[in-house]
Amino acid sequence: MEHIRLPKVENVRLLDRVSPRRSRVGTLYLTATHTIFVENKTGVRNETWVLHSLVCSVEKQAATASGCSLLIHCKNFQVLHFVVPREQECHDVHLSLQRLSQPERHTELYCFSYKPNVDEKERCQEWDFLDLKADYSRMGLPNSLWKLSPVNQHYKVSDTYPADLFVPASATPPVIVGSSKFRSRGRFPTLSYYSKENHAAICRSSQPLSGFSARCLEDEQMLEAILRSNPRSDFMYVVDTRPKFIGIENIHVMRNSQQKMLGVCELRSPSMSDFLEGLESSGWLKHIKAVLDAGIFIAKAVAEEGVSVLVHCSDGWDRTAQVCSVACVLLDPYYRTLRGLMVLIEKDWVSFGHKFSHRCNHLVGDPKEVSPIIDQFLECVWQLMEQFPCAFEFNARFLITIHSHIYSCQYGNFIGNNQQERIELGLRERTHSLWSYLWKNQADYINPLYRPDHSQTQGLLRPSTAPYCFKFWRGLYNRFDQGMHPRQSVEDYLRAIREETQQLEEQLASHKQKIAHLEQEQGWSVTQKAVTFDKSPTAWALGNDLGLANTPQDYTGGFITSSPCQPKAPDGCRILLTQDSNQTSESNLSNGSDQESGIADVSCHSPLSVDSTRDPDSDEAAYSAA
Amino acid sequence: MEFAELIKTPRVDGVVLHRPFMPTVEGTLCLTGHHLILSSRQDNTEELWLLHSNIDSIEKRFVGSLGSIIVKCKDLRVIQLDIPGMEECLNIASSIEALSTLDSLSLMYPFFYRPMFEVIEDGWNSFLPEDAFKDLESMTDEWRLSEVNKDFSVCPSYPPLVAVPKYVDDDTLRKAATFRHGGRFPVLSYYHKKNGMVMMRAGQPLTGTNGRRCKEDEKLINATLRPGKRGYIIDTRTINVAQQAKARGGGFESEANYPQWRRIHKAIERANILQESLIKLVEACNDQSHSMDRWLSKLEASNWQTHVKEILTTACLAAQCIDREGASVLVHGTEGTDSTLQVTSLAQIILDPACRTIRGFQGLVEREWLQAGHPFQQRCAQSAYSNSKPRQEAPSFLLFLDCVWQILRQFPCSFEFSEGFLVLVFEHAYASQFGTFLGNSTAERAKLSLPEKTVSLWSWVNRPQELERLTNPLYEANSLVIWPSVAPQSLLLWEGVFLRWNRSSKCLDEAYEEMVHIIAYNKELQNKVNSLRRQLAQLETEDPLLQTP
Repeated sequence: MEHIRLPKVENVRLLDRVSPRRSRVGTLYLTATHTIFVENKTGVRNETWVLHSLVCSVEKQAATASGCSLLIHCKNFQVLHFVVPREQECHDVHLSLQRLSQPERHTELYCFSYKPNVDEKERCQEWDFLDLKADYSRMGLPNSLWKLSPVNQHYKVSDTYPADLFVPASATPPVIVGSSKFRSRGRFPTLSYYSKENHAAICRSSQPLSGFSARCLEDEQMLEAILRSNPRSDFMYVVDTRPKFIGIENIHVMRNSQQKMLGVCELRSPSMSDFLEGLESSGWLKHIKAVLDAGIFIAKAVAEEGVSVLVHCSDGWDRTAQVCSVACVLLDPYYRTLRGLMVLIEKDWVSFGHKFSHRCNHLVGDPKEVSPIIDQFLECVWQLMEQFPCAFEFNARFLITIHSHIYSCQYGNFIGNNQQERIELGLRERTHSLWSYLWKNQADYINPLYRPDHSQTQGLLRPSTAPYCFKFWRGLYNRFDQGMHPRQSVEDYLRAIREETQQLEEQLASHKQKIAHLEQEQGWSVTQKAVTFDKSPTAWALGNDLGLANTPQDYTGGFITSSPCQPKAPDGCRILLTQDSNQTSESNLSNGSDQESGIADVSCHSPLSVDSTRDPDSDEAAYSAA
Repeated sequence: MEFAELIKTPRVDGVVLHRPFMPTVEGTLCLTGHHLILSSRQDNTEELWLLHSNIDSIEKRFVGSLGSIIVKCKDLRVIQLDIPGMEECLNIASSIEALSTLDSLSLMYPFFYRPMFEVIEDGWNSFLPEDAFKDLESMTDEWRLSEVNKDFSVCPSYPPLVAVPKYVDDDTLRKAATFRHGGRFPVLSYYHKKNGMVMMRAGQPLTGTNGRRCKEDEKLINATLRPGKRGYIIDTRTINVAQQAKARGGGFESEANYPQWRRIHKAIERANILQESLIKLVEACNDQSHSMDRWLSKLEASNWQTHVKEILTTACLAAQCIDREGASVLVHGTEGTDSTLQVTSLAQIILDPACRTIRGFQGLVEREWLQAGHPFQQRCAQSAYSNSKPRQEAPSFLLFLDCVWQILRQFPCSFEFSEGFLVLVFEHAYASQFGTFLGNSTAERAKLSLPEKTVSLWSWVNRPQELERLTNPLYEANSLVIWPSVAPQSLLLWEGVFLRWNRSSKCLDEAYEEMVHIIAYNKELQNKVNSLRRQLAQLETEDPLLQTP
């Protein structure tokens, strides 16, 4: 509270990013956890909530006659442009937000104050939802080739590794410890994925320490042990992902690339050339392709050649995590399911010490440590989903929700830099887990085209990495620019159809039963009271949802200014994460919905997520439907 | 001329066909007057039947005595034929070159093609101007159908019947025609039922450098305005290009002479620039390099997506003037046969739900492209692989289809047809067994007796089995105006055309089938549940114990 210099400012304007002529006037509130903008308009309660932990930067611009601009960039790529009437107020809000968005201690993070209406027992169970040991046993481990090693039980060998590690059965503790001394941060070669079918494995480590001249006997023995754990192969690959070898750039290049790419996304009415040139010069898609290419190499080595692979970069927690997890998604259909992707992130990212706190800038810290490494992994998965629409159990909304919560600090999962830190912070004892939240809301994240028995679902995915197969992920990077997205969602439509189909199947069964019953009764002349049936929701009902209206954009370049019916600004942030608002207002990351009336819920499930309620065309729709 | 003269070697055995993403086929190559046929003479192997008119260009390569012909098609496919024997290969190549560049329209395949299907409805009569006018008459009596062009003498590129304001007589039309490029005086393109506003199209006014004016032209277009209302003239050219046109006798409407109209200039490029853009785009898509930078920079340099954005934006502007500003619009560029038609036809897709149905779309293509005198023969003579210097080729129509696809992607449930229909129309515009896209105007088509001598594409499309194949399973009639996004992030490369032969579409096709299956299964269940419900109701009424006395 002591950081809030000004809790409330009135007559603030929130500008529409795409068409700045459209703006909303309202009151800006600063709370301990959120910035809230409430539109002044009789009859509507339009609210925009922004979590402080999602704020990436706050920029105050020079005051003008109309007020003082405050530009807020969020880690979920929302950009808010407020105009505050008085400079002093703007100054106070600016300073408050800067402090609030850059906590200095872990205890200030939102996850420690986020208290949804869940009792303690249930909260504890949330953390038991995922069990990495279960995933290793799913792989068939331990077995005669790989064993669970207690060597890192107290994080003594490597403080950034998890306690439970799988190593070759023949690797003795002295070999492991010796090898760890030869590797940066003690991150010795250990198992990431094991293929039960052909015994090939993906192992990971950090770089060897003493350049290429020095040798380490134990490290060589360790690699030898890994090679011998794959009895059908007499060699293995060592994949160094760095630019010199595989060609994935370092965290600084990736950070700058994303910044450039986001700059392009933010351009106001860019030409096609501005956009394509900017996208090219950002290099973003090139980097995504490099990560995917490396993942494909490893996946093919394991699945097609039956050869084990050791992957490393420098520290083995950025590029290594990307490449191992992409390879896993390609290799194993399990990681393409809802639960599987959660397990994968928990395994290759969280447990193996991807430095979430540093990379996501959870606490005020070294800006050079920040880098969108996990974003790139999520995008690789999305690119694969675009090529294999039936292969994934989850949809893009799932990836986007995970992305948001990696940065939001609402759940304890991504706090800290490694397992040891997380234990010290008592996250399991004091916070909630994202995974069980996602699991409970899985209906929102299911890809309707997924079928476990579909051919695309089986085995190794072989994506094309021709440059034209990579698309710009508008759904993430321009997420809050509602006008840019398709106005009708095929996925939502199909989801509704499938829900209806399920109801029909139930009705069918119940009708059959009743008919059999009636026929039997009539045979036996037993009285039975007539049953009335609910009318099933038909496709027409769905169709009405789809008969949506939208508003024209600025096609004129300002030529037509005296429009008699200026389209209303669409509410800039309603599509995603609205599910949160059902739980508790506290959990609201960012939406502009009326939490009391439950409008948010409707807009989340209906393809009609555009602000159409006040549009003349939608009135027409209502008439034609009546 | 006999085709036989052009076919030196009608048949070669042991030819190997390479096609992208398909196994190679070895078989016998046959050349007929209109087709290149490769048959393996084995069961269950697909034969290749390629229309000579679909061939854009060929390349020859020799390794020893094995020759290869690379055949590049107008539908953008590239195939390779390995032909044993140098002489055979040369003969085949020269025959293909001759047969694919026949000058005489009357030798084209549509004049020889006989339908192997039952014609339920003759497509040549499905979309006559008089029928379209009947629809208009049911909405308004402010327009009449003029026969002023019945012998094509006033405007050679217009149909014999055009809709014009009721109180403007034919003499006025004749005079206005002399003031417009190609005699293309302003005619009705679209009537917006919701507010009675209209969209008209024309050729550029021939003001020349000394600012000629034409009272009849002014009278004609002012007759379309309601009292006290202003209209918009959308000139598809930039003001600079329009100024330059004056030197060649063209020009634009000055404020002084058209005080009730407000002129807006847009920047849709001319035909030759669009053709260059298509060639560059296809070249970029076929680039085998794996460099992301190279791909993005080539895509950008082709400017194709820029054209898509500009055309779509202009169409949205026209639609916005009509629907939101409540104003009538006149659209023209230079000739009024390319960018003008892109704008007027796309605006109708946006405004008029009827144009988003399969039949409505056919009607739109008929009215706004074929009857409106888009010179298909000239524009589609060559596609992206042409080696010769482009003469009058231009992908104006393909760009229109691309824009429709963009809107379809943004409103996937608002169109009765699927992407496949757009691809089909694209293919037939460039090479076809049907006569629909032959000729440059109604006058030319009448002279060639196309309706009598050839089959219409629509005759083939409008049969239950084809319609079913082309129907979008997601379609739910949407009576609203649909406003697409024109942000660069929202406009995608039309993979279904430009990457069609460059990547396997298996997984995307499977996804489409899965979607069809989900919807079909739902319908099936609905039917079952309904029938059981009836059965149940019947059982209950038959039940004597349930009858109330």
